[in-house]
Amino acid sequence: MDSVAHLLDGFAAVLAPSTLLVALIGVIAGTAVGVLPGIGPAMTVALLLPLTYGMEPTQAFILFAGIYYGGMYGGSTTSILLNTPGESASVVTAIEGNKMAKAGRAAQALATAAIGSFVAGTLANVLLVLVTPVVVSFAISLGAPDYFALMMLAFVAVSAVLGASRLRGITSLLLGLVIGLVGIDSVTGQRRLTFDIPQLADGIDVIVVAVGIFAVGEALWTAAHLRRSKPTVIPVGRPWMGAQDWKRSWRPWLRGTAFGFPFGALPAGGAELPTFLSYVTEKRLSKHREEFGKGAIEGVAGPEAANNASAAGTLVPMLAIGLPTTATAAVMLAAFESYGIQPGPLLFERQPTLVWTLIASLFVGNLMLLVLNLPLAPTWAKLLQIPRPYLYAGILFFASMGAYAVNAQPMDLALLLVLGLLGFGMRRFGLPVLPLIVGVILGPRAEQQGRRSLQLSGGELSGLIGGPVALTVYAAIALILLWPLLRRFAPRLLRRDTPARTG
Amino acid sequence: MSVQTREPEAADEKPKGGDRAQYGVCAFLVLLGVMVIVDAMRISHFASSNDPVGPRPVPIILGVLLLITAAVYTVDVTRGGRGEPESGEDIDLTSRIDWRTVLLVIAAFAVNAVLIEWAGWVISGTLLFWGTAFALGSRHHFRNLAVAVSLSLITFYSFAIGLGVNLPAGLLQGIL
Repeated sequence: MDSVAHLLDGFAAVLAPSTLLVALIGVIAGTAVGVLPGIGPAMTVALLLPLTYGMEPTQAFILFAGIYYGGMYGGSTTSILLNTPGESASVVTAIEGNKMAKAGRAAQALATAAIGSFVAGTLANVLLVLVTPVVVSFAISLGAPDYFALMMLAFVAVSAVLGASRLRGITSLLLGLVIGLVGIDSVTGQRRLTFDIPQLADGIDVIVVAVGIFAVGEALWTAAHLRRSKPTVIPVGRPWMGAQDWKRSWRPWLRGTAFGFPFGALPAGGAELPTFLSYVTEKRLSKHREEFGKGAIEGVAGPEAANNASAAGTLVPMLAIGLPTTATAAVMLAAFESYGIQPGPLLFERQPTLVWTLIASLFVGNLMLLVLNLPLAPTWAKLLQIPRPYLYAGILFFASMGAYAVNAQPMDLALLLVLGLLGFGMRRFGLPVLPLIVGVILGPRAEQQGRRSLQLSGGELSGLIGGPVALTVYAAIALILLWPLLRRFAPRLLRRDTPARTG
Repeated sequence: MSVQTREPEAADEKPKGGDRAQYGVCAFLVLLGVMVIVDAMRISHFASSNDPVGPRPVPIILGVLLLITAAVYTVDVTRGGRGEPESGEDIDLTSRIDWRTVLLVIAAFAVNAVLIEWAGWVISGTLLFWGTAFALGSRHHFRNLAVAVSLSLITFYSFAIGLGVNLPAGLLQGIL
C-alpha cells in the first residue's frame, strides 16, 4: 500500500540521531510540563510552542508529537498522585487511580496507565495509518457545502454534546466566533471589529487566544481561590506490575482502545465519552466489582487506554479534514498554520513527507514515553511538590514569553491579559473553554466555506445544502439538537403505543 | 478589541439561592451582541458576483445569536440555573474570590506588558515572576528574586539568542 511506503520513509526520517534527539526533548518537556498541577495537555502544547520557533516544520512537528503524548501522560500521573485531574479526559482515571495510590498501589496504577497508554497509543496509531488514507480519499471529493456542514457539526458537537450545560457551551462558542471575526475580511478586505487599532487588522492569533484563556485565565482563577494548605502528594517508587495486575489489565487496555479510537476519530469526538464508557464497561465486566470505588486496576487501565486511543483518533479528522475536535488538536492546528501548512486532504498530496514523518514520530514518541516514564516516575512525582507561587508565576512568565514571541508586539500582552480576564470569568461562571477555542479556529474557515458555497450557487441559500454528504451531516446535527426532546417524549410515545397495540 | 473586560459582580457568592452575578454575563452578552451588530452596520455594503454574501451577514447573524443567547441565559438564571465554578488541584472553592491577590497578579502582568520593549525581557520578565510569586504569598524575597533573575536570563539566552525567538534586550542591550 502507498501509505505503508510513505510511513517507512517517515520512519527513516525520524530515526536519524538528530531527529530522535528532538523527539526525546519533546517527550521530556511535554511530560515535565504536563505533570505540573493545573496544566492540561492543551496548555502544555500552547506553552511549549516557543520551543518550535525557528525550527524547520518537520523537526517542529516531531517535537510537537512528543509534547502532545508527553503532556497527556503527565496529566494522568497528576490525576493518580494528586486526585483532582487537570482536564476532563482524565477525570475518570482519577476515580480509581487515586484510590489505588492511597491504598499503597500507586506504582501499579502508574504502571498500568503507562503500559496501557503505550499499548493503546500504538494500536491507535496503526488504526490511524489505516484509516486516514481512506478519510483523505473521501475528503478529497468534498466540496465547500460539505465542509461547511462538517464545521457546523463540530460546533454543535463541542458546544451541545460535551459539557454540562448546552446554553453555556453555546455561549462559549459564540464568544469564540466573535473573537474569530476580528481582523480584515479575507474576501473583501473590509475591517471588522478592529476599532482602528492597526495591530488588530491581522486578527487575534489563535496561540494568543489559547495561551490567554488557558494559561492566564487559569493563573488568575487560581490566584482568586488559592488553596493555602500544602497539597498531599502520594510518594511513589518505580512503577511495576505483578502477574495478577497484568492479567487484570490487558483486556481493559484493548477494550479501552476500541472505545477511544472511533470516538476520537468522529468529528463529534472528544475523550470524555469513551473514557466514561470504558469505565462503566470495565465495572460491569470485572470479576472484582467490589473493588470499584476503592481502587480497581481495571478502572485505571481501561479509561487510560481509551484516553490515549482517542487522542490518536482525534488526529484523523485534524489531519485529513482540518477539523479539530479537542482543545489540544485546535492548538496543534494553529501551530500548523503558523508554518503556513493547511491540514486537509491536500496536505497528504503536497507534503506527504511531513505528514508521514509526523505519524512515524507518534510511534517513536510513544515508545520513548514508556521507556522513560517507568524509571522516571519518582522524579515526575517530585515536580508535584513545586511551590504553588512559583508554579503560577512560571505559567504567567512562559505565557507572556510565548505570546510576545509570536509577533513581537507588546499589544499582544495586553490582549493576553484581556483574554485571561475572559478566561477567569468563564471559569467563575462555569462556561466551558473548549467551544471558544474551536470557535476561534474554525469560525473564519466556516465563514469562508459558507461564502464559497453561496458563491457557487449565486447567492441562493440552497447552495449551503449541497450534496448527500452535507445532507447526512445536517441530519446528524438535527438529531443531536433534538435529542433531549426525543428522550423526553419518546418513552411517552412508546407507552401510548403499547396499549394501543394490545388493545 | 472584541472582548471587553468583564467585571464579575462577585458580591454575592453564597451557594444558596440563585447566582445573581450571572446577570452580569447576560449584560455582557447583550453589550457584545450590540457592539458586533453596530460594527457590522458600519461596513459599507459590499457584494459582488464573486462574493454575493459580503462581509456583513456573518457578524449580524452572530450579533443576533448573542442577543438571543443573552435572553435565554437570563431566563435560565431567573429559574435558578447556574454554572459550576471550575475546580482544580490548587483551587479552594469554599473561599471567596481573593480580589487583592488577583489585582496584584494583574498588576505584575501589566507591568511586564508596559515595560517589555523599553526595559527588555530580562528586566520585565523578572518583575513579572517576582511580582506574581509575591502576590501569591511567597515571602522568601531573596530566593524569589534569584529564581526570577535566573529564569529570565536562561530564557533570554536560550530562546532569543539560541533559537532566534523575538525577545527584546531593551535597557541591557549590549550588556547581555
